[in-house]
This record gives sequence, structure tokens and C-alpha cells, in this order.
Amino acid sequence: MVTNPNMSKAVKLRQLKKTYANGTQALKGIDLDVERGDFFALLGPNGAGKSTAIGILSSLVRKTSGTVEVFGADLDTDPESVKSRIGLVPQEFNFNQFEPVEEIVINQAGFYGIPRRQAVVRARSVLKTLDLWDRRRAQARSLSGGMKRRLMIARALVHEPSLMILDEPTAGVDIEIRRSMWRFMQEINRAGTTIILTTHYLEEAENLCRNIAIIDCGHIVENSSMKDLLHRLHRQVFILSLRSPVHVLPEGAPFGLKVVDEYSLEAVLEQEQSLNQLFDWLNSHGIEALSMRNKQNRLEQFFMDRVQQRQCGVDS
Amino acid sequence: MSRISRYRVAFTTIVVREILRFSRIWVQTILPPAITTALYFIIFGTLIGDRIGEMDGYRYKDFIVPGLILMAVITHSYANVVSSFYHSKYQHHVEELLVSPVPNWIILLGYVTGGVARGLVVGVVVTLVSFFFTDLHIVNYPLTLLVVVLTSILFATGGFINAIFANSFDDISVIPVFVLTPLTYLGGVFYSIDMLPQFWQDVSLANPVLYMINAFRYAMLGVSDIQPGVALALIAGFVLLLGAVALWLLKKGVGIKS
Repeated sequence: MVTNPNMSKAVKLRQLKKTYANGTQALKGIDLDVERGDFFALLGPNGAGKSTAIGILSSLVRKTSGTVEVFGADLDTDPESVKSRIGLVPQEFNFNQFEPVEEIVINQAGFYGIPRRQAVVRARSVLKTLDLWDRRRAQARSLSGGMKRRLMIARALVHEPSLMILDEPTAGVDIEIRRSMWRFMQEINRAGTTIILTTHYLEEAENLCRNIAIIDCGHIVENSSMKDLLHRLHRQVFILSLRSPVHVLPEGAPFGLKVVDEYSLEAVLEQEQSLNQLFDWLNSHGIEALSMRNKQNRLEQFFMDRVQQRQCGVDS
Repeated sequence: MSRISRYRVAFTTIVVREILRFSRIWVQTILPPAITTALYFIIFGTLIGDRIGEMDGYRYKDFIVPGLILMAVITHSYANVVSSFYHSKYQHHVEELLVSPVPNWIILLGYVTGGVARGLVVGVVVTLVSFFFTDLHIVNYPLTLLVVVLTSILFATGGFINAIFANSFDDISVIPVFVLTPLTYLGGVFYSIDMLPQFWQDVSLANPVLYMINAFRYAMLGVSDIQPGVALALIAGFVLLLGAVALWLLKKGVGIKS
């Protein structure tokens, strides 16, 4: 992605710190830039600090120190500009369960100063796009889990934000809805909306996001493009499905080969090794592979390596 | 769109949502005070009141009308805001407001206006009920309206502060049950403090609700235990004080932001 260096970033965090009243240091001075138009993954294990970072960005959590800028507007000096640019889809359902779906979306538009007549039109548009129009008069509590997630997306979109923050938007939804939500997120990103996504489904981040930051113990431990990050993977583990059963491998078999079961082998490829070398060895030993797959999602492997290298509470 | 227009839309949105909320559950919010007031009139006004005779030159059932109206207004203005704002915290939909560019004073004004709306609706209902039992007349309409609106604002703001600190449903009922109700009943709804021994008259003067009920009684009937000017100044002073406290709490994020 090519960006004009003179243009303000979609998000610019500098030395952002948060210490909660109980003394927990959730953020220990993070610096983070998100470019305009980016599809950005913010990953980290539970309790790493990503929800705190998102909470501060969306004004739900008070920062202890540091600066937050959104499209050049400073959260301390111009909070209304910051808020008006952001649409938040939080992790937990946070709408009035007893209000009708359409009213929730129209009211949210009202909070952003959009007159009711205009809000009604926009609500109709986002509810239709997210397949909720038929349920517009239903109380929110009567919706299914997937519908509730889509309602939160509709509500976040109604004021046409430039930055969407999606905090685990696909948690607990079935694969069909998840895929339709992925398509939808890609569409709004293509239309120019910057997206920050947190998720525990690393496959989701790998497929959707162009840039990534991994946060752990209140520090950013990785911040690069997805492409660079995956390129830096030192090793990949594959599972091979075999045509004929193999019970024992020759002594000193390379690629860390081991038998998973009689029809499956596990192979570990270091960065300097190629798949051709692996298949040459298999051919030379009369082993025919029908298919192969990554044992772990590639990003997952990187993620696990990265977040296991440090212990929380011991600053590096 | 100008900032003022955006604020106006946001304010209207909050107020309409609040009015719709208590209107949808009118059986819980509007009907009970009508029934309670009717019972008060039957028991205290007619059955007991006839034996009491006159008070400050009025029949007893006429004397208690202002107190009953204001008691209902106080209770429902407070209850509306404390209940609505606490529910919005409990269900987390207060976050809808916190993430949006609505300034704190609009949030406070919106909720308080919602509370005043319910207080006034209930006040009108109680007044209508009192027509069935008394020969109601009002001496000073503007002052009546001023006192009822100021008192409603005061208790709606109090309800908002209570909701900010509340962490459970118990916390939103403690103040109404253990503070508000005793202060209201001992604030001269059913009696003139002239009837009390001097010591208890002096103690009663420390009860702010006494000033409100007497200001309201003065506006409606033209009789009061308290100087109306003093009472109005006190109510206005409390409105400003509680309003400032509520805004400060919102700014600090007490009870709503971590």
C-alpha cells in the first residue's frame, strides 16, 4: 500500500500507558501507527492489552499517559472529532436488549448528530446490507447470536465512520456467517474504510489483514506487514496424507519426519529447505503423498513463538 | 451541520428514548402513583382527614394535595433516571453514548429531562386524581410550575448521581427507600411543622424536602411554614450543586469508565 507521508495516519499511538486502579499495567508505553485505508490486525493473547488499547481509542477506557491521534485529531484536545471518525464493534453485546433493532441503529445515528429523517434512510440501508431488515421491529434480545453481531456492525456503520474497530467480531458465529462477515469487511475496506481487527482466529487475520501488530504483556512485540511476517517464519510443519500405509520410517529420516498414523506423516521444513527436496526424498523411498496441509495456521505458529518468548511482568 | 444542530439532535434522541422507555412500561411507571394517591385521599383525606378538621385554614384533604403531588414528582423523577441510567450501565449500552461525540452535559441534560418528563406526567396524573376528592385551586400558576420543575430537576440529577455510583440493583433502591422516603414523609406532606414541638421543628428545618413541599404549597394554596424565597434559593442552589457534581463524575468517568 502506498501512502502519502504528509497525510496524517488513521491511528497514531505514542507511549500509550494504562495502569488500572488495582495496579495492573495493561499498556506499558506502546507506539503504533495504522495507515489510512489499511486492514490492520491487532493480535495478542487474552489479557495482553489489546482490548485496553481499543478501549482507549474508542473513549471507553481512560489512558494513564501518552497520546492518541485519529486522522490527525488528538483525543485530549479534540475528542469529538476522534469519536465522530470511529465506529466500534465491541466484543460483548452492548445494546439495549429490549429496544427494537431499527430503533437501536437510528438512536445511534442520533447520538452522532444525524437528523432522524436521514438516520431512518441510513438505518434502512445498513440493515438491508446486513440482512437484518426483516427483523427491524424485533426486540434485540430475540435475535440469534450471529444477528446480534451483525446488529452491532450495522450500528457502528450508521454514521459512516472512517475507521472501524472490530473487536473479535466473529467470535461464536458459525462458519457461514463468519465468511459473509469477512466478505462484508473486505467490501467496506475496499470502499476506503480503515479497519482494525482483533481476533483469536488467526486464519481470519492472515486472510484479511495487510498489516499486523502483536501485543503481549502491554508491549508491542511485533509490528510489520503480514507478508513480511509470514516470510520470516523459520519453519513450517506439514501433515502429509499417504496412499499406502507406512509403519516405520528409515533410520535418520530428514525433515523431522515422523509417523502420525499409518496413513499420515508429519514433516518439518526449515526456512532454507524446499518442498521439492521433501518430495524427492519421499519419491526415492517409494512413499506417495496424496495431499498435504499445514499442521498449524502459519500465523498461529509465528504468534505462538512470539508470545511465548517473554513472561509478563518482566520487561525486556 | 453545525455543532449546535448536532447537539440538539443528540439531546432530542436521548430525551425521546427516555420518554418512550417509561411510556412503554406505563403500567409500572404511570399507573401506580394514580392508585396510591387515590388511596391516600380515601384514607388520609376522607376517612381520617374529616376528623382532623382544618389545617392552615384549609380542609385537611386540600392541605395535603400539594405534598402528595410533589412527593410523586420527587419519587418518579428520581426513579426514572436512577433506573434508566443504571440499566444502561448494567447492559453496557451506556457505551453507545460514551463512544459517540455527545458531550457530557448533553448526556446529563438528556437523562434529567427524561426524568423531569416522567415526574411531570406523574404530577399531572396525581393532580387529575386529586380533582375527584378535593376542590383544588391554585393561587400562583407560574410559581407552581417553577417549583415543580426545579424540584424535578433536582431529584432527577440526584438519581443520575446515584446511578453513577450504583454497582447493583440494591444500590439503586437504598437511597429511595432509606433516605428519600423518610425525608419526604417527614417533609411536611401530611402536616404543618407548627404542630411539632420546637425541638422537632428545628430538626425539620434541616430537611431540604420540607422547603420544596412548602414552596409548592405556598404556590398552590398560599400558605407555607417556610419563606418561599428561601425555599426557591435552596432548591436552585442544590440543582447547581448536584449538576456540577454529576458533570464532574462524568468527566472523571466514575462508575462508567475504567
